[in-house]
Amino acid sequence: MTTLANGQAPEIEVGLTGGEARPRARAPFGRRLAPVRGNAAVGAYRLISVEDEGGPSPEPGQFYMLAAAERWGGGEGERPFLARAFSVCRTRGKGLDFLLEDIGPGTRRLATLAPGEDVWLVGPLGAGFRAPWVVDPSARRALLVGGGIGVAPLVIWSETLAASNVESRVLLGFRSASYSVAADLFADQAEIATDDGSTGRAGLVTELLATELDRTSDAVVYACGPPAMLEAVRRICAASAVAAELALEEAMACGFGACFGCVVRTRTGYRRICVDGPVMSADELDGSWLER
Amino acid sequence: MSDLRVELAGLELAHPVLNGSGTFDAIAALRTFGDELRDRFPFAAFVSKTITAEARGGNPPPRLWETPAGLINSIGLPNKGLDGFLEQDLPELASLPAPLIVSVAGFSLPQFQLLVSRVAERPEVAALELNVSCPNVESGCVMGSEPAETAAVMRAVRPLATKPLIVKLTPNATDVGAVAAAAEAEGADALSLINTLKAMAFDPAEGRPWLGAGHGGLSGPAVRAVALEQTYEVSSRVRVPVIGMGGIASGRDALDFIHAGARCVAVGTESFRDPAAASRVRDELRDLFAKREVRAIDDTPETASADLVK
Repeated sequence: MTTLANGQAPEIEVGLTGGEARPRARAPFGRRLAPVRGNAAVGAYRLISVEDEGGPSPEPGQFYMLAAAERWGGGEGERPFLARAFSVCRTRGKGLDFLLEDIGPGTRRLATLAPGEDVWLVGPLGAGFRAPWVVDPSARRALLVGGGIGVAPLVIWSETLAASNVESRVLLGFRSASYSVAADLFADQAEIATDDGSTGRAGLVTELLATELDRTSDAVVYACGPPAMLEAVRRICAASAVAAELALEEAMACGFGACFGCVVRTRTGYRRICVDGPVMSADELDGSWLER
Repeated sequence: MSDLRVELAGLELAHPVLNGSGTFDAIAALRTFGDELRDRFPFAAFVSKTITAEARGGNPPPRLWETPAGLINSIGLPNKGLDGFLEQDLPELASLPAPLIVSVAGFSLPQFQLLVSRVAERPEVAALELNVSCPNVESGCVMGSEPAETAAVMRAVRPLATKPLIVKLTPNATDVGAVAAAAEAEGADALSLINTLKAMAFDPAEGRPWLGAGHGGLSGPAVRAVALEQTYEVSSRVRVPVIGMGGIASGRDALDFIHAGARCVAVGTESFRDPAAASRVRDELRDLFAKREVRAIDDTPETASADLVK
């Protein structure tokens, strides 16, 4: 379990371009085989557990590239070909848990992994969340805002914050009750919104955030979810003068800065989400990052 | 122990496996993998991402599309420009444990001349690769698609550098062999191929081009057979050494390119799937050589037999 001793994450490195210090555990060079230990349903999602015997502990917010060792390719449309990127959801000893949703040929294959099979693993990659007091010295609390599959990195982050006795509150948004089962991955009771109102409040998680920020402004917001949700979080936080850390997602070919494919438009130009993120300060973005 | 050492246009290389330009950012990889990358550096020479005279942000996203056994990319040569490269990136790339080949692309002959003269004078640089897959803003023609245009680039830059000049050929040419012959006639020291094949993908939901720039280039195993044919064609037309690439993912793939006439090979898209893929290709190639009792790369044409390539 990663903790935040003395405000310092174990390995701090100056970010590639932003200049801000972000936790970044180094990955072993090359891909390695890791045995699958479990594959459990979490509502409509799957939680895949692999044993990463030789790998380092990831920092919350970092991600891995995953591919099945066998039968990777030859699925729908003769794919998948590339590995797929997943934020680490939580760690248990040398075990890494990844939350995924079957949305295409890559995730479809990974969703069928069984204990005894192996995955190819590269990681941990990218840079993770900064502690609240690093983001904003006056912050007292953490607000975790997750949407759908984007709740994954917030699970390990909430555990890390709890281990460091940081007060945090978890707000989650899902399509419907069958997806909201992922809220059970959090130790603390989360406040839930669903699109269809089948559980929790009917509406968007960003409405929960806006209500929360009406009451308090001494928090740092940590958010992961679909781009439109992250943009709403960015706007709400900017209006409330609350700092936010956004974990971004984009299709990646490599995950280690080689392909330049996963860029996001920032105030200082295109940045690679894999090496300059996936966690970025909301300040780095303006409203134009989603425009096509 | 088979000897994988090979000489490429005057560079003494420990083995024949390089990286394709733009498929491995050693600086970002050092941040990710640390010194283990230096200790286990997979490439016999490192080819930089293409630099241009002016800084470029690159193409608007989305930039990637997965295909059957391949990848379409539309990156748009993002780079810090000549000055930014020389000041910021070159010192770090020079610290790598392999000779440095700098890839440059001009959009005009004067730009190519500026790039070649300023890069070639740096002692950290072992050789230059000319990326001729860009359109010439004066003619509108992709320079590497026509023998005359490629010859004009070589004539413009050859007097400016004594270091080896490698021309990276585009497969999007009517007669790649003729382009190769023109480059050699004007003094190219080596040729590398293939660059990506022009390609396109459509957003299934919207019915419009998926990539932000409309079209891109296809790479990966999907292009390997095309790359082999072009490597064979070019190798039979020129005497200078050829660096073959296009979907190489194993030692056997690499050996195919050597049989097609390549002296060196490069790993590109496979490095996306496995950052250390080139090390594996090198080791598998060594094993294949050992099995056939090939002593050195130059022995290959005599000793390769049909059962090795089936």
